[in-house]
Amino acid sequence: MTALLKISNLRKTFGGVTATDDVNLDVEQGELHAIIGPNGAGKTTLISQLSGGQRPDSGKVLFKGADITNRPGYARAGLGITRSFQITSLVMDMSVLDNVALAVQARDGHSFRFLRPARGIAHLRDTGRAMLDKVGLLDRADEPTAALSHGEHRQMEIAIALASDAELMLLDEPMAGLGPEESATMVEFLKSLKGERTILLIEHDMDAVFALADRISVLVYGRIIATGSPLEIRGNIDVQHAYLGEE
Amino acid sequence: MFLTKRSSRITLVVMALLLVMPVVFYNTGNEFYLDLATRLVILGIAAVSLNLVLGYGGLVSFGHAAYIGIGSYAVGIPVYHEFYGGFESVASTNGLFQIGLAVGLSALFALITGAISLRTKGVYFIMITMAFAQMVYYLFLSLDEYGGDDGLVIEMRSQLPLVDLDNPIELFLLCYVSLAISMLIVRTIIHSRFGMVLQGAKGNNERLITLGYNTYLYRLTAYVISGAMCGFAGALMGNFSSFISPEMMGWSRSGELMFMVILGGAATTMGPVFGSIAFILVEEVLSSLTIYWHLPFGLMLIGVVLFARGGLMGILRGKGD
Repeated sequence: MTALLKISNLRKTFGGVTATDDVNLDVEQGELHAIIGPNGAGKTTLISQLSGGQRPDSGKVLFKGADITNRPGYARAGLGITRSFQITSLVMDMSVLDNVALAVQARDGHSFRFLRPARGIAHLRDTGRAMLDKVGLLDRADEPTAALSHGEHRQMEIAIALASDAELMLLDEPMAGLGPEESATMVEFLKSLKGERTILLIEHDMDAVFALADRISVLVYGRIIATGSPLEIRGNIDVQHAYLGEE
Repeated sequence: MFLTKRSSRITLVVMALLLVMPVVFYNTGNEFYLDLATRLVILGIAAVSLNLVLGYGGLVSFGHAAYIGIGSYAVGIPVYHEFYGGFESVASTNGLFQIGLAVGLSALFALITGAISLRTKGVYFIMITMAFAQMVYYLFLSLDEYGGDDGLVIEMRSQLPLVDLDNPIELFLLCYVSLAISMLIVRTIIHSRFGMVLQGAKGNNERLITLGYNTYLYRLTAYVISGAMCGFAGALMGNFSSFISPEMMGWSRSGELMFMVILGGAATTMGPVFGSIAFILVEEVLSSLTIYWHLPFGLMLIGVVLFARGGLMGILRGKGD
C-alpha cells in the first residue's frame, strides 16, 4: 500500500497553545485510519489543516505525492478530499436534495452556468437522490434541511461526502450526538464504505473506532503518541495511561 | 425561494396593474401619476438588482446608490460635452453609447470595489461598500464643471432607435419593459447552477468552499452583474429626471434601496418591486402631510422585520411558503 496522504512535521499554534505539535502521519490508500484523543487534543484542528480551513505554521501535507500545504480549501475538494463537520454544517434554508445536488454539481467543474434551471438537471438530482438513498434519507429529499433531526443531519453530512466522490474522506466525529441505535447504523454504514474510500476518522466512540479502524493514531496535546493496529493500541501502556485507562 | 403558484399569480396581477394603471391615468389627464410610476419602476430595477446580492447572495451592499449615480452621470456628462464642448471622446447624445457607458462603468466599479469588499464579512462589508459609494459621491461633489453640489441639467434625453424618451408614455414603457427583463434575468440566474452556488454560499459559505466552490469568485460575479443592472437603472433615472446631482448617490439613497428590498421581501422575484411600490406610495402620501415622513416609513420597516420576515411578499403569499 502507498500513502495517499502524508503529513510531515505539521505544527500549528494559537497564541501560546500548540494545537498541532510536530505531527507525522501516513494515511494509506484504502484504509480506515482513526484518530482518537481526549478533548482538546487538536483533532479538529488537524482535520481543518488537511481540508484547508486553516493553514499550518510549518510542516507539509502531501496528497498523492503533491504538496497541498498551502492550497486553498476549494481547490482541495477538486483534488479529491472532502470532509464532514463535527458541528453539522449544512445549508439549512435549502432542501435536503439541494444540499446533496450542490455536492454533485461541484464535481462537474465550474458552475458559472447561468441559464438552465439547476433543479431540472437530471444527473444532479438523480445522483443526489441515489446518495440520499444510500444513507436512508430518500423520503426526506424535498424537505427543508432545517426540518430534519440532528441524527438525519449527520446522515446528510455523509451523503454529501459521498456525493463529492472524493478519494479521501475526512470524517470529524460522524457519531457526535447520535443515540446508540443511530450510532450502530452509522458504524454499519461506514463499514460498508471500507475498501471503497480512504477514510480518516475522528471519533470519540471507542467501540465504533475499534470496530472500524484498520489503524489508529492517538493524539494527545497535539502530539501523536502512538500509531498502530487496534490491537496494538489497546495494548499500548502510554495510550492506556494517557487516555484509555484513566477511569 | 420557490415561486409558488399563489405568488406567481400575485406577481402577474401586480405587474399588469403597474403597466395599465399609469397609462390609464395619463390618458385621463393625470400625467403626474405616470411620472410617479416611471420613478417607481426605475427604482424597482435598482431594487431588483440589489436583491440579487442582498437577498440571494446574503451580501448587504450599502452602496448601490453609487451605481445609480454612475449610470445617470454616464448620460449627463456626454450630453453636457455635446452641448458645451470639451472632452470630445465622450460627447454624445446617442443613448446606446450612454447606456453602454453606464453599464460598463458600473460593472467596472463593481468589479474593483467588489474585489476588495468581498474580502470582508458582515458589518465590515456593509461599511466598506458604503465607503466606496461615498467616495463616488464626494468625487462628483467636487467636480465643479458638472455642477458640483448643485447638479447638472441634462439638456437632451438619450437618443434611441424606436423609442422617443421625450414622450412620457414611451419612456415609461421602456422602463417597464426593462424592469420585467431585469426580473427575468435575476430569476433565471438564481435558478441556475450559478444561482444555487450563490444561495448555498449565503446559507453556509464554509460548506460550499469545502465542496470545492471558490465562493469569492461567484459572489464577485453576482456583484458585478448587480452593479451593471443598477447602473442601467441609473441611466434611466438620468433620462427620467433630466437632472443629475450627487444627492442621487448619497448613502441615504443606498439605504432606501435596502429598505425597498427588505420591506418588499428579500430573495423573492416580486419583493423588490413591492418594496418600491410601498416606498413611492408612502413617500407620496406621507410627504404631502408631513416633512417627517421617514418616521412612519421606518416604523413600517421595523414592523415588517419583526413580524413578517418575508416582507410584504411574505404577507401576501400567505402561510404556505
